[in-house]
Amino acid sequence: MIDLIVLPLIKIVFVLTGVLITVMYLVLLERKVQAWVQARLGPMRVGPHGVLQPIADVVKLFVKEDVTPARAEKWVFTAAPIIVLVPALIAFAVIPFGPEVNLFGRPVPLYITDLNVGLLYIVSVAAIGVYGIILGGWASNSKYPLLGSLRSSAQLISYELAVTLTFVSVILAAGSLSMVEIVEAQRNNGIWFAFVQPVALFIYFVGALAETNRNPFDLPEAESELVAGFHTEYSGMRFALFFLAEYTNMIVVSAVATTLFFGGWLRPFPNVEWLSFLGLVPPWIWFTLKTFALLYLFLWIRATLPRYRYDQLMQLGWKWLIPLAIANIIVTAAVKVVLGS
Amino acid sequence: MLEAYVPVLLFVMVAIGFAVVALVFASLVRPERYNKVKLEPYECGIETTGDARDRYSIRYYIVAMLFVIFDVETVFMFPWAVIMNRLLLFGLIEMIVFLFILIVGYAYAWKQGALEWA
Repeated sequence: MIDLIVLPLIKIVFVLTGVLITVMYLVLLERKVQAWVQARLGPMRVGPHGVLQPIADVVKLFVKEDVTPARAEKWVFTAAPIIVLVPALIAFAVIPFGPEVNLFGRPVPLYITDLNVGLLYIVSVAAIGVYGIILGGWASNSKYPLLGSLRSSAQLISYELAVTLTFVSVILAAGSLSMVEIVEAQRNNGIWFAFVQPVALFIYFVGALAETNRNPFDLPEAESELVAGFHTEYSGMRFALFFLAEYTNMIVVSAVATTLFFGGWLRPFPNVEWLSFLGLVPPWIWFTLKTFALLYLFLWIRATLPRYRYDQLMQLGWKWLIPLAIANIIVTAAVKVVLGS
Repeated sequence: MLEAYVPVLLFVMVAIGFAVVALVFASLVRPERYNKVKLEPYECGIETTGDARDRYSIRYYIVAMLFVIFDVETVFMFPWAVIMNRLLLFGLIEMIVFLFILIVGYAYAWKQGALEWA
């Protein structure tokens, strides 16, 4: 009973709280990084160097008026942000933050659950979010949200293909779908899969930028043409849920990249003896550091690159990334056959 | 076996609960002063014309159809990739045959202009 319900529930509450706090401060970090790149200071007023800004933002979102347009489909309009947010959050169920540790004399694994189809779970859960986006845009019964949601869903499903194909080559390298076993495979190989599968990493990262609607692929929210894309009509708390989902998705794709390509909770060079002092840092800290390094990359790219044009975006996805990913799978499988026989 | 999915179910319930509680709490503390103009859909600030139940580009359907086809094919590759250790050459040839059929369809879609957007 304790192992089945209570322990997972405690971990879920921990992860949920951690994710919410990370999102709050990720927004602040984004504003700060953007500001520094542009030689500004960013938020400075609320608390020293703006560290209390996220709390002010949350309070503001709670007390904002929440408008439902007169012609909108009321229930779908309210359900849409929940449908986007829930899959983004539950993806964390299979992310391994660390190996088993001993807490109060009881072995506690630092992941919520270890599904033997973990990666498939991530793929399928991530696909649900598209429904929320298209329902939200349609239920608004307004032109900009409709156009924004159509664009957004076409972009998401196009890049989802490329991303799912890169997973196949990672599975080939690891020989398992379980997230924990993929990390262990990287320990046994003595090398991160980022070096075994650099092409897959590149495709995954480009795909991840598109899947999270980040620059240079932030067309669903191309402010200059679509106002705010699918959430133009949203305000108050329902907007906040969309916003939360977007940043949660960023953390999810970074955490998945860390697990698949950067050795998850493992320290750098896990098999090199003389570097064992790196093991003094707890594994979950390594995991957090790697994830944040990737998140920083997202912010850096946003501050650097201009936006793609829509036809270029679809071309890149369908005509470049998908063939490249398929070729990568065949090469990986062929190398495996050569090494195995 | 199925016990591994209990935490997932719990997480779904906690996540939905979190979203609903946030919405309900916000509805208790926020102001509500609506008027006719505020409830109109946004259209650049000028008066709204028509609604959004209109026709849109057929290309979105084509993309969606292609996605369904290719995504199912991709998921077929997952179990193959897991046991590739044991299949080796046999598995490689089988998958090349499978991918060949997929690529013929892909080339056809490309030639028909389904991947063009302009």
